[in-house]
Amino acid sequence: MRTIKAATVLALVAALLAGPAGAADPLKIGFITSLSGPAGIIGKHMKDSVELALDHLGRKVGGLETEVIYGDDQRKPDVGKQLADEMLKKHRVHVVSGVIWSNVMLAVAPTVTGAGTLMVGTNAGPHELAGKMCHELYFTTSWQNDQTPEAMGKFMQDQGLTDVYAMAPNYAAGKDMISGFKRYFKGKVVAEVYTKLGQQDYQAEITQLRAANPKVVFVFYPGDMGIQFLKQYAQAGLREQIPLYSVYTVDEISIPAVGDAALGNFETRYWSPDLKNEANARYVGDFKKKFGYTPTFYGAQSYDGIMLIDSAVRAVKGDLSNKKGMVAAMRKADFKSTRGRFTYNNNHHPIQNFYLLRAVKGVGGDIELQIQKTVFENHKDAYYQDCPMKW
Amino acid sequence: MNWLLVVEQCLNGLQLGVMLFLMAAGLTLVFGIMNFVNLAHGSLYMLGAYFAVAFLKWTGSFAASVVLALLATLVVGMLVEVIALRTLYERDHLDHVLATFGLILFFNELVAIAWGRAALFASVPPALGGFVEILPRLRYPLYRAVIILVGLAVALLLYVVVSRTRLGMLIRAGASNRTMVAALGVNIRLLYTVVFGFGAALAGLGGLMAGPIYTVQPGMGEEILIEVLVVIVIGGIGSIRGALVGAVVVGMVDTLGRAFLKPMLATVVSPAAADSAGPALASMLIYILMAAVLYFRPQGLFPATRS
Repeated sequence: MRTIKAATVLALVAALLAGPAGAADPLKIGFITSLSGPAGIIGKHMKDSVELALDHLGRKVGGLETEVIYGDDQRKPDVGKQLADEMLKKHRVHVVSGVIWSNVMLAVAPTVTGAGTLMVGTNAGPHELAGKMCHELYFTTSWQNDQTPEAMGKFMQDQGLTDVYAMAPNYAAGKDMISGFKRYFKGKVVAEVYTKLGQQDYQAEITQLRAANPKVVFVFYPGDMGIQFLKQYAQAGLREQIPLYSVYTVDEISIPAVGDAALGNFETRYWSPDLKNEANARYVGDFKKKFGYTPTFYGAQSYDGIMLIDSAVRAVKGDLSNKKGMVAAMRKADFKSTRGRFTYNNNHHPIQNFYLLRAVKGVGGDIELQIQKTVFENHKDAYYQDCPMKW
Repeated sequence: MNWLLVVEQCLNGLQLGVMLFLMAAGLTLVFGIMNFVNLAHGSLYMLGAYFAVAFLKWTGSFAASVVLALLATLVVGMLVEVIALRTLYERDHLDHVLATFGLILFFNELVAIAWGRAALFASVPPALGGFVEILPRLRYPLYRAVIILVGLAVALLLYVVVSRTRLGMLIRAGASNRTMVAALGVNIRLLYTVVFGFGAALAGLGGLMAGPIYTVQPGMGEEILIEVLVVIVIGGIGSIRGALVGAVVVGMVDTLGRAFLKPMLATVVSPAAADSAGPALASMLIYILMAAVLYFRPQGLFPATRS
């Protein structure tokens, strides 16, 4: 009797440990973004887009039951790394995705790939990860940081502009943005000013700017920083005096908060809500229907990230242990991207088009970004030759 | 470097300083009188900004929105004191920090639920949109000039209230010996509630003035709260005079550092080194200053006298 009892207990324990018998392993995706604090709105755009992608896939990524674990990095690299560790060790995720900030990405990506897990970045594109630190298990569905300002640099160069005053926050991406800009802009750069990441007040810098009296201003101020900079630039009366060109500053997040202070501004981008293709029309249409606001590139990239993972899981028929197969599938970028068809370079960064966008009054009277023309076709980043990976 | 530029940057520093002062005054008042650490002060600043935007939409008048937003933050401050904080006075400072940190999270989520996570549109009222010519060839944004004036007026008003009125006398008495004040038949509970509401309204005033120049969004109070804590440590905890001096010092050091540190460094070291060290050092300046004050004068520049 006693042995039977013990055997029953053991059997129960075994059953508990084994989990639901016969069911395939669920796919676990860890998604790291900023969900609280001033950058929380960017995280919301990304999270909503992940949820929309899950809806479009019937809540089954690659045909598997899917669980997405969201993590809030609070815009801090150390918190991001902790989250990555927790997702890898506690939740045992199969893929880590997301990450807005380049300094966070530089802490997260090596942690994830070092543990032998796939990382699909959906925003930050620090140059290190495109060059010497590139990794077989690291992909991005966004861009390499330098690419977008390269397009703006090219556009401003073609316009024959000179005497540029360049400003950006003092962190990994800020430096990349200015160096990307200077790669294609050959005119004179009067000054390069770096401000604190998350800074609220730019009055001191704007006073210095006015004193330097440049002909053009180029800035990179994502999220809340962009809102503050655009407002204060207009309030200083400089909007009418010195044209402002920017990257990642005038977007669907800042426009509703600054209103006319963004009207007429130029941006460069690989994507825009009005980009014409089937996948994008479905994404933008369903997004507006479900959430009631206009999506941003942060969202489009995150939607693409889930679709990329979906394509890889399908290619290995749900066998998540087949990482080689998943990497090979991801390299094909065989999914319907919101930016249209694109290919991956040897460093797992997209080769894609970049467009000139302008903030104009739309049909309904609201300000919106519209594509003006293509600046670069199939544009490669500047670091792929430093990446030793060949395939 | 011409002197007009220096004057303008000093005005910028002063403007940042008075903004910090509005926050620091309430925080230090609450600390000085109730010996209570209120990290949720930034949330009241945020509420001030949100209320102003909401009331502006509702009434269409900027002046009305300012008055209503001030009243609303006053009421919220008093409610928070009565409902949540009153029971915590006897506890340790660590408990204060934990509880008010919880309030920060609560208010951030509340605002996100009520108004959404996206930043709200807030612009300078047309009447305050232009520029004033403070000196020949020195045009300064009118709105920022108004902030300076309002801040200085509040400082003066606070001075008069604290040193010349009966309420101020009670506040000072409460700060030095609350048991004695209570024993003399003063309703110390009510006094605490009033002071807390008053501090909340000051934070609300800071927030509603910040709305048009910064971003009105959940969590907007935290960024400034950090600087305000620096101000209070430098000025001396619990002292309004210290808060004013500390705020202006921090505003000046931060602004002038951001403006002139890099060019000054470039005259000493190579321009390339100045390029990389300048911005990093400029953003650390106020913390270096705080560390120095803590080392040489741990009680702050103008410590409150208390028994």
